[in-house]
Amino acid sequence: MGRMNCSMDQELQNELSNRGVHVTSLEWIYNWGRSNSIWPMQFGLACCAIEMIATTMARYDLARFGAEVYRPSPRQADLMIVAGTVTKKMAPLVVRLYNQMAEPKYVIAMGACAISGGPFRDGYNVLKGIDLYIPVDVYIPGCPPRPEALLDGIMKLQKKIREQKLLGPDRPRHADREASCDYPVPDYGPNDLIPTCNAYT
Amino acid sequence: MISAEQIREHVLHARPDAGLELISNLCPSCQDSLLVAAEDAVEVARLLRDDPELRLDYCSNVTGVDWPERPVRTPPGSAPAGQRMRAEVAARPGCFEVVYHLFSMSLKHGPVVLRMRTENRSDRVRLPSLTPIWHSAEFQEREVFDLYGIRFDGHPDLRRLLMWEEFEGHPMRKDYLPPAEDDVREPFAAARNRMVQ
Repeated sequence: MGRMNCSMDQELQNELSNRGVHVTSLEWIYNWGRSNSIWPMQFGLACCAIEMIATTMARYDLARFGAEVYRPSPRQADLMIVAGTVTKKMAPLVVRLYNQMAEPKYVIAMGACAISGGPFRDGYNVLKGIDLYIPVDVYIPGCPPRPEALLDGIMKLQKKIREQKLLGPDRPRHADREASCDYPVPDYGPNDLIPTCNAYT
Repeated sequence: MISAEQIREHVLHARPDAGLELISNLCPSCQDSLLVAAEDAVEVARLLRDDPELRLDYCSNVTGVDWPERPVRTPPGSAPAGQRMRAEVAARPGCFEVVYHLFSMSLKHGPVVLRMRTENRSDRVRLPSLTPIWHSAEFQEREVFDLYGIRFDGHPDLRRLLMWEEFEGHPMRKDYLPPAEDDVREPFAAARNRMVQ
């Protein structure tokens, strides 16, 4: 099972393990389970979604990472892969979908458009990065990124999940009862979305 | 292949008083087009669709063009040698233009390019809708209305198509200025810095 993150003596742990007794911390087993069953939300916005679909198919086989169960409802999803250009008209809907997801939840910004607006950055209708409104965990550059790049992004996210603490001052938002998870949905304004960004940490 | 000039003569034969002008294209594509006066547009369009020799039954594309006001230069050689620097004459008034690409599915010819122009770029921006003639123009005329602000008289449902209802302005106009990038990213960075500190 790899290195078990607990304060127990490693030799004793190996000895017990050989006899079929696995000793580990609750945090380790909890994160291990979560990181191997990341269920993404089934939605795509542009051409990056085609690469995302290709990643789930037999050739690249996202199922190897336990992340093949695309959920058609945000209520059942752990991961939002923002795959493609987010137009200003679509941005409030993306934020609303993110708000509807249950904690703990993660966001991957896939491709140049989702990161920064990409080639459409100077236009009038494309959001200059989805991180203006919701917090992004992993950025995958590319236009569009290859399926290998998305797999690498998923592995980076798995690593991030495995390293999250359940207790302590640097614990993530979902483990902190006091933490704010308020991500206001922007309104359509006369020139741009109102507000033009959300202030969050 | 029937040329734009032939189509123009054919239409003028049926309707001698129709305002229909040939705009020739000297580019290698040679795609001549027909500029139709707004008041005759619906009649001419119906004729193009129903005439047994033309049968332009399919409108594949509708788009808009913004022609800002610009100086008209006298072609080289037409001005006396000493006056070449002062050859610019009065500014050509600006206008909006709608372009329709027509094909005939039954007679297998096309495209025929049909154009209409508004009187100016400010207050007289109404043109007749050709959606009653070609139903496929409905969404595309809505798009032209959305992005160029051309009002189509007779359109069944003239609402914005791409931008949201509350949006003001028409972003494909040449004088449209999008929100400056600094207005978005700088408050975002400032807010984030405040939260980190």
